[in-house]
Amino acid sequence: MTEPLVRPRRKNPLKRTRLPLRPQGVRSRAAHGLTAAAAEGRFALQVCLDCNTVIYPPRDACPSCLSARLPFRDVARGGTLVAETTVRTTTDPYFRERTPWRVGTVKLDAGPVVVAHLHGDAVEGGRVRLELKLDKSGSAVAIALPEKDTENMADDRYLREMTCDPKFRRVLITDGRTTVGQAMAQAFSDAGAAIVFVGLADPWKPFPGMAGLRKIERVEIVPLDVTDSESVTELAEQNGARIDIVVNTAEHVRAGGVVDRHGLTIAREEIDVRYLGLLRLAQAFGPILRSRGADGVNSAAAFVNLLSVHALMNWPAYGSYSATEAACLSAAQCMRAELRPGGVKVVNVFFGPLETEWFQTVPPPKVTLAVLANAVVRALQHGLEDVFVGDVAEDIRQRLAVNPKALEREMAN
Amino acid sequence: MGVLMTVDLMAFARAVASGDIRVIDLTQTLSQEFPTIVLPPELGQCAPFRMEEVSRYDERGPAWYWNNVSLGEHTGTHFDAPIHWISGKDLPNNAVDTINVAQFIAPAVVIDCSKECAADPDFALTIPFVEQWEARHGEIEPRSWVLLRTDWSKHAYTDYAGLRDDGAHTPGPEPAVVKWFVEQRDVHGFGTETIGTDFGQGQHFNPPYPAHFFMHGKGRFGLQCLTNLDLLPPKGAIIIAAPLKIKQGSGSPLRVLALVAGGNV
Amino acid sequence: MQRKSYEGAVACLPVTIPYRRYSTNSAQWWLGRALHELIKRAGLRLKDIDGFAVSSFTVGPDTAVGLTQHFGLSPRWLDHIPLGGASGIVALRRAARAVQAGDADIVACVAGDTNHVDSFRKMLSTFSRFAQDAVYPYGSGGANASFALITKHYMNSYGAKREDFAKICIAQRDNAMSIPHAMMKKKLTLDEYMSARPIADPIHLFDCVMPCAGAEAFVVCREDVAKSLNLPSVRILSTIERHNAFPNDPMQIRGGWELDIDELWSMAALRPKDVDFVQTYDDYPVISMMQFEDLGFCPKGAGPDFVRSHTLTNDGTFPHNTSGGQLSVGQAGAAGGFLGLVEAMRQLTSQPLGSQVPNANACLVSGFGMINYDRGLSSCAAVLARAA
Repeated sequence: MTEPLVRPRRKNPLKRTRLPLRPQGVRSRAAHGLTAAAAEGRFALQVCLDCNTVIYPPRDACPSCLSARLPFRDVARGGTLVAETTVRTTTDPYFRERTPWRVGTVKLDAGPVVVAHLHGDAVEGGRVRLELKLDKSGSAVAIALPEKDTENMADDRYLREMTCDPKFRRVLITDGRTTVGQAMAQAFSDAGAAIVFVGLADPWKPFPGMAGLRKIERVEIVPLDVTDSESVTELAEQNGARIDIVVNTAEHVRAGGVVDRHGLTIAREEIDVRYLGLLRLAQAFGPILRSRGADGVNSAAAFVNLLSVHALMNWPAYGSYSATEAACLSAAQCMRAELRPGGVKVVNVFFGPLETEWFQTVPPPKVTLAVLANAVVRALQHGLEDVFVGDVAEDIRQRLAVNPKALEREMAN
Repeated sequence: MGVLMTVDLMAFARAVASGDIRVIDLTQTLSQEFPTIVLPPELGQCAPFRMEEVSRYDERGPAWYWNNVSLGEHTGTHFDAPIHWISGKDLPNNAVDTINVAQFIAPAVVIDCSKECAADPDFALTIPFVEQWEARHGEIEPRSWVLLRTDWSKHAYTDYAGLRDDGAHTPGPEPAVVKWFVEQRDVHGFGTETIGTDFGQGQHFNPPYPAHFFMHGKGRFGLQCLTNLDLLPPKGAIIIAAPLKIKQGSGSPLRVLALVAGGNV
Repeated sequence: MQRKSYEGAVACLPVTIPYRRYSTNSAQWWLGRALHELIKRAGLRLKDIDGFAVSSFTVGPDTAVGLTQHFGLSPRWLDHIPLGGASGIVALRRAARAVQAGDADIVACVAGDTNHVDSFRKMLSTFSRFAQDAVYPYGSGGANASFALITKHYMNSYGAKREDFAKICIAQRDNAMSIPHAMMKKKLTLDEYMSARPIADPIHLFDCVMPCAGAEAFVVCREDVAKSLNLPSVRILSTIERHNAFPNDPMQIRGGWELDIDELWSMAALRPKDVDFVQTYDDYPVISMMQFEDLGFCPKGAGPDFVRSHTLTNDGTFPHNTSGGQLSVGQAGAAGGFLGLVEAMRQLTSQPLGSQVPNANACLVSGFGMINYDRGLSSCAAVLARAA
C-alpha cells in the first residue's frame, strides 16, 4: 500500500539545499536500446531474428544461436517476482542517500531474468509488470510494478524519483496568450500542480482567453516575454527557485517556405520567439533547475519543449517554421546534456498540425488542445523524454525510421 | 541676395546653458515594455525595442558595458518620412537621408484636446475645433508642426494602445482637417502622443489613415509617441526632430526636443 | 575419453603475505612480496621461475605480461587468470598440465590485491559489462545485494534459516582464532550474528567478507623437483572446472560442480566421506552450504540439515574452512581464490598457521566466483592428498 504523497511544507530558507547526485549511467551501446525504449515509454528487449529468443541483459550475440541480428522489439511485460532484497549499505553516493532500496529478480513470461527496482506494492512471489524508465542518470532501468494498479501508485518514492509528476510541483507555462498555453494551464491545474505560473507578454494587448485563464485554480499570471532577455531573466531571478517544471508554449507558426516566402521579418520573429526564446529560458532557468534536482518532493524536474514533428523532417508548406523547429530540437538535445547533472529531464513533445488558427487550412487529422495538453502531463507523470502526439506525428516517426529520403519527397508533395 | 543679417548663435547657446531657453524632452524612453503598432497578424509587424547585453565589465568585456539593440524604424517616439506612405512614394527627397536637414528644426503649435479625450478615447479632431483654437491663439503660421495634445502619454502602458476586440480606440484627426492643414495652412507635419498620427479607428475613414495619406502625399512629416506636450505653450516652441540618417529610411526613432523661451523656474 | 591423471605434478610452498585492511601500496607491491617470499623460502633465483600465473583485480592497467618485466621474470609459460574465487584451482590445474608436459618446470602461482579507500567502490562499478548495464544501477549494493537475492531464494526454496548460516560463520571464526593476520579475531556468538547490522536483507554484517589488501602464492612443479628443493608437497588427485553452468536456472541454486562432481570423485578414486577436511569458497555462507550439496556431501536442498547435524570446527565432525575462511580472515581480492588452496597445502604438510586438523591426509578444495550478472559463473574443485 503506497502512502499518499503529502504536499510539502514551505522550504526552510536556512537549510542548505541538497545537491543532485546520479546513479551510474554508463551503459554499453547495446544496452542503450533500453534507453531508447524508456524514452518513449515502451517495453522492448532484444529478440533474436534467427531463433526468436528474447534476450536480457542486452548483448552483441544471441546466447542460443550466436546470431548478431538482435533488434529491440516490444515484448510482454508480465512476470513473477522470484526474490527480493532491500539494500541498506552501499558505497555509491546516490543510493547511499536513498537507502533502504528494494530490488528483486523478476522471471519474465517472455523468458529472461531481470534484476529490477521494485515498486512498494510489488510482492515477492507475486505477479508483476515491468516498465523501463529513465533514472536520474538518464539511462534506462527496469522497475517492477504490481500487476494491477494500486492506490496512490504514482506516489511511490522510487517511481517519483524516475518521473516528473506535476503533482505538488510548481509549473511555468511560458505563454498563456495562445490557446495551447491556456489548455496547458488547465491540464496542469487538473494534474495537481501546486502553482501554475502563466507567463504573459504585452499586457497592453488584450486576447480572448484572458478571463478564462484567471479562473483556472492555482493559476498565477506573471509577466514574461520570451523575446526579451531582461523579462526572462527577471522572472527567473524572482521566481526561478520555486519553479519545478517549465513548459515552453511560446509559439510562432506561419506558413511559407524558404525560397518562396518574401522577406525575412517573419523568419526573424520565428527565430526570436522559438529559438532565441528557448535559449533565453535555458540560460535563465537552466542553472536553477539543475541545482534543485534533488530538492525534496517538489524538486526541479523537467523542461518541456513543444516541437513540431517537422523538426525531424521539413514540411515545405511550413518550411521556415520547420527549420526553426529543427534548430530548437538541436538546442533541446544540448540542453539535455547540460541539465542531466541535475537529474532534470528535457522532454520533447512532437506533434503534427494542431487545431489552432495558423494551421487552419491544413486538413485533418490534427491534434486538439486537450489531447496535446494531456499528452504533456502524461509524459511527465511517466517520465518520458521523447513523445509523439497524434496520428501525423506517429506516421512521420515510422516513415523516418524506415526511409528518411522517401519521407523527404513525401513531405514536399 | 538680400541684406546679410548677423545672428548671434553664441547668445543662443548662452541662453540654453543659463535656462533662459528651456529644453524640454518630448521623447518616451526606448524600452521593451513600450507598446508598438499592431497590424493584422498575417501582415509584417513593427519590431519592438529589444536589447541584448554585449558585456558588462565581465568576462565578455572586462572594462566596458554595451548593448546591441534591435528595433524598427517606427518603434517608440519616431519620425515618419513621406516615403513611408504610398501617397508619398514618388516625391523628391522623401526619405530620412534625403530630406533637407533644415527641415528638422521648425516651430510648433500645440492644440489641446486633453479634456475631450479624457471623456472619449474616440475623440476626432475637426476643422471647427481648430478654428475655435485659432480664434484664441491666432492663425497657424505656415511650416509649423501641429502637435495634438491629448495627454495620452500619461496613460499606463496597459491602456496606451487602447486595443479592444475591434482594434485601437485612440484620438486622432478626421480626413477633412488633415486635408485642410496641408492645403489651407501649409503645415510642416503632424505630431501626436498616441501610437500613430492617425485616429485609432482610422482604417474606417475615407481615405483610410488620412494623416498618413494627406501629410506624406504632400511631402510633410509625422511624429508620434510624444510626451510632455502639456509643458509647451500653444505657440512659440521650436521643435528639433532629426531622424537617423538611414539609407532610404521611411522613418526612425529619435530624440524630439522642444525649445521654449522663458526664465528659470 | 578418460581424463589424464595429475601424476608427477605437485603443489608446494604455501605463502601468505599478512593482510592489511587498507594499503597505500599497489597490487604490484603485494604480488612482488609474495613472489619474493616464494623465492626466498625455496632458495631459488628469479631465473629459475620459468612459469608464472597471476590473478588480481587491482593490478590494472597491467596484466601478467607487464609483471614479467616489472619483476624481472623471463617465463616460457605465462597465464593471467581473472577468475576471482576460482583463480587458485584454475591456476593449479593449468600449471600442473604445463609441468607434466614439460612446458615449464617451476610455476609460481600468485594472487593478490591492494585495498585503497576507494578500491571496493571502483571495482563494483566496473566489474563486468552485464554488471554495469543491468546490476550496478539497481541500488549499487554490489555482490552483497546479488547474493542477498540468491540467499533469499535459497531460504525460500529449502527452508534454510539465518541460524544455519550463523553456525557456519561461528565455526569458521573459531578456526580463525589462532591465525595471526585474520581481520576478525574475536569469537562470534549467535546473538552477535543475529543482531548484526543488515547489509541487504537477508544478508547481515557477518555474512560478508571484509575486503582487504594481501597476497597468497604457491609453486607447482614435478615431484622430483620439489624433493630436490627439500619442499614438502601435496599431490593432486583430481580437478574440475566449469563456467556458466545451468544458464536456464531462473536463479542460482546450484553451482557448476553438480555437472562434473562424479568425475571429480571417480578420478580421485575417493568418496566424499574419505576426505578429512573441506575448504569451500565462502564469499557468503549460502554458497558454502550450496557447495556441501553440489560437491556430494548431501543431496540438493539438504544443506541446512547437513549443517545442523555436523560440527564444522577443526576438531569437529566435518572440519570446514580450517583457517577461518574469507569470512574471518578477510578477502584480499583475488587472493581469496587462493586462500583455501594455500591453507589446504599447509594442513596436508603439517605446517598450519593456526590449529591442525587431526589425520589430515586428503581434502577437497572448492573455488567459485565471478558474479557477472546475477550468479557466480565460475566453479571448480580439487581433491588433494598428502605426498607419500
